[in-house]
Amino acid sequence: MTLSTASDHRLSTRQMAQFVANGFLRFDAIVPDDINRRAIEEIERLNAERLLPDGMKPPHSRTPLDECYPLPSAIGEYLRLPQIRGIIESMVGTDPVFDHDWVHYIPGGGTYVQPLHVDAVTDSPDPTFDVQLFWYPSAVAPGEGGTRFLPGSHLSRVRSSGLSRYQNIVGEQQVSCEAGSVFVFHHGLWHAGQPNPGANDRWLYKVRLNPTAPQVRQWNTDDLDEVQNPPSDHVFARMQPGSVAEIFRTWHPWMGITDYRNDQMQRARLWRYLSGDDEFDVDYYLSRLEGRADLIGNDA
Amino acid sequence: MTTTRQQVLYLWLQGSALDESVVGWAFHDGSDGAGPQLPESEQPGRPPYSSGVAALRDGWMLLQSAQLIPPAPGQEYANAYLEYEFVFERRVDVAPS
Repeated sequence: MTLSTASDHRLSTRQMAQFVANGFLRFDAIVPDDINRRAIEEIERLNAERLLPDGMKPPHSRTPLDECYPLPSAIGEYLRLPQIRGIIESMVGTDPVFDHDWVHYIPGGGTYVQPLHVDAVTDSPDPTFDVQLFWYPSAVAPGEGGTRFLPGSHLSRVRSSGLSRYQNIVGEQQVSCEAGSVFVFHHGLWHAGQPNPGANDRWLYKVRLNPTAPQVRQWNTDDLDEVQNPPSDHVFARMQPGSVAEIFRTWHPWMGITDYRNDQMQRARLWRYLSGDDEFDVDYYLSRLEGRADLIGNDA
Repeated sequence: MTTTRQQVLYLWLQGSALDESVVGWAFHDGSDGAGPQLPESEQPGRPPYSSGVAALRDGWMLLQSAQLIPPAPGQEYANAYLEYEFVFERRVDVAPS
């Protein structure tokens, strides 16, 4: 079954490029208050019953998204919002399937802290990706249990438990937001739940979705020709203002110069996949290697 | 009569030199609060020391520097962990418990 209500709410090329450069997008108060209010009761029930023999259950993995949480369901209403479908379609296409969901609840005063981690296992090196939507149905005050995450970490290839050593990294953020805000994470983004010293409970409903078809040009590409730069766009030669390459020059403060340049290459590779442009580049790193490799008949 | 406990500080730097900027840090206190703590950073999210050398000047002793390992073939352009890890210690005399 194909998602049918997202077309007018798909993301722009610039938003997709920001996702590639940062590993996340945030949408403040995108879910209406009415759904947020009803959702807390429902996700509380899901949290309490999912492992009970006869309790409320999540869908099976590989369930088409359109068949997840049939109405009446506040979670189902959220997953069917045109704005949410637009985000999902842009990232994982029109026919994604449910991977899993989870409710993360940190009561006011809760002291539990997760180590920094990535979900699942060390990933394959191909550019395909899942998305994880983090929905906060109630407001999260600064420092009160919002998810900690590291912008730009999503294309680094690590073992999850290897990240627990990092108590603090320059440039990391902690979610604080209005009720109904949604953060969309690339599945590789480093993140961790945090203690909640405040008085208010912190609720999070997270869902992971898998693509079932190539994730090529699924967003609103009306602005693609305008912002897609040629492979010659090079910080040490000539640059096109307002281009995808300009967004891909985002330098996260935890990156040394080699990390930064390597990450630019990984962003360019991911963008080649997403945009279907096999020659795309930023700052000439891939093109230089490929040009020389051609001299001896090798792939870069 | 006192006994000695170890404090350990991990610093991750932008590059391989000890005077480069700190991009990550972790602190483990074997003295359980009896010894000196990290200095307050100037603003939230900023590291307690600007560089590895700044930690030396505050009395930390360097235990280990990151080895420089050539990238494996095929992994030249792949990032993984924070690469330039420096481990420091400080020994603290505490009253026996």
